[in-house]
Amino acid sequence: MANDLAGLAISVRGLKKSYTSKASGTKDAVAGIDLEVSRGEIFAILGPNGAGKTTTVEILEGYRNRDSGEVQVLGQDPAMLGNDSWAWRNRIGIVLQSTNDSQDLSVSETVRHFANYYSNPRNPEKVIHEVGLEEKESARISTLSGGQRRRLDVALGIIGNPEILFLDEPTTGFDPEARRAFWDLIRKLRDEGTTILLTTHYLDEAEALADRVAVIVDGKIIEVSTPENLGGRNTAKARVSWYENGTKQEIESDFPAAEVAKLSAKFGGEVPELTVIRPSLEDIYLKMIGQL
Amino acid sequence: MRPNIIKVGFLRGGLEIKQFMRQRESVVFTLLFPVMLLFIFGSVFKGELAPGVTFSQYFVAGMIASGLVNTGFQQLAIMIPIERDFGTLKRLRGTPVSPISYFIGKAILVFVAMIVQVAALMGFGAALFGLNLPDTAEKWLRFIWLVLLGSICSTILGIAFSAVPKNGRGASAVVSPIVIILQFFSGVFFVFSTLPQWMQQFAALFPLKWLTQGMRSVFLPESFATQEVAKSWEIPQIAIILLVWTVLGTILALKTFKWSDK
Repeated sequence: MANDLAGLAISVRGLKKSYTSKASGTKDAVAGIDLEVSRGEIFAILGPNGAGKTTTVEILEGYRNRDSGEVQVLGQDPAMLGNDSWAWRNRIGIVLQSTNDSQDLSVSETVRHFANYYSNPRNPEKVIHEVGLEEKESARISTLSGGQRRRLDVALGIIGNPEILFLDEPTTGFDPEARRAFWDLIRKLRDEGTTILLTTHYLDEAEALADRVAVIVDGKIIEVSTPENLGGRNTAKARVSWYENGTKQEIESDFPAAEVAKLSAKFGGEVPELTVIRPSLEDIYLKMIGQL
Repeated sequence: MRPNIIKVGFLRGGLEIKQFMRQRESVVFTLLFPVMLLFIFGSVFKGELAPGVTFSQYFVAGMIASGLVNTGFQQLAIMIPIERDFGTLKRLRGTPVSPISYFIGKAILVFVAMIVQVAALMGFGAALFGLNLPDTAEKWLRFIWLVLLGSICSTILGIAFSAVPKNGRGASAVVSPIVIILQFFSGVFFVFSTLPQWMQQFAALFPLKWLTQGMRSVFLPESFATQEVAKSWEIPQIAIILLVWTVLGTILALKTFKWSDK
């Protein structure tokens, strides 16, 4: 309850989880994570495949047990729910990574049916409309495209009117147009007050959606920040380059305008092939996860 | 307020039946297979066990009893691991729905499939093989509680056993041989009293033998009771054995039922 009062939807401290397999021995999937997600924010966990995103989220959703650490979601420990687990599940929505169920039912039958599980569900027709499946309402689930199927997953995730929505790599396999529509939907849910925890390996998705981003690599969070400030992007040195003495010249500077003024004076006006570049978010991200 | 667990169970039952009806193969298999078996056995063994009592009469009793095992135990012990693979159960576990509602839904599916199968067997048997339907109210009443208790017991055991197969692909290979062996041992395909004693004693540990015996008491003349191994239909014993397995199965199912494979 203390966390509830502090306006925290999720708090995680020192979370650890390791798996043992014959092939690779014991591996730390999550190696000591701290996280705090406020109510009403979109929080993204960004990282490459195998970084521990899904393990972390599934522990928060109550699907997996942890080895150690403290976890509170909506003021409760998902590993210690006991008899009133339904009341907690009644307040959360889950969109799993990949599903293949209910093939023989229609979109509308499925969404309406799931509404019966919750004490205060949203209106099924409205939800189907919100996720953009109104034209597929009476279509069998087996006939949906990958993107439509994913939007149905989201419909089932939000039908219970959750306070927190977990989205595990929600737009994998979407075409660009479907992704934009999906992002709009997520923002709308946030604006209605839903807290959203999203995992993604798409940098642009985290940048477009998230209020804050945690970058996770090898089971550890290496930074938590707003997308604008990720990796010190806002204060990173700019690269100024130009053409001189038959080759390309380049310097890094905290004061690129001053450098350009100096060059301009030196060349007496225009500087040949002048460019000034701030590192892109992608450059910074790749550097952070050790791919650059 | 939590949505009513029983009511959600019935809603799940409706959904299960809808899904079942839309899978043509499963409908055809459930309905036609027992009728086909009856047709084959009825055509091969044309003789009478006693004046006016055909072999089909004996065989229908066994087919109905093993139908309970097929639609309940066998179907669920194969279907639930497949649902686990498809993520159906994982999704349900992420919602407030109670496993009890899920169980009720399965029981309703089994019960409805069973009713249709029994009706098909009895209708087909009466039309083509001169099957005599139960002729007293007492026998009908016994028939109804046998079907009810039998399908509940079979459902529960199917749910409990669904924890055994590692995945959906292997489930049929694990479950089907058990059912077929029990059918042979329990007097479904042969006259039970002619089986070796060790087979009879082994079969007596499991519900199918008792269900089959109960169904014989419904479909065969009263005088046939003396041909049973115990010289009687043993109706109270049948009820007790089925109840014991139902209780054991419920405890096991609640203990071992897995929403997911992790």
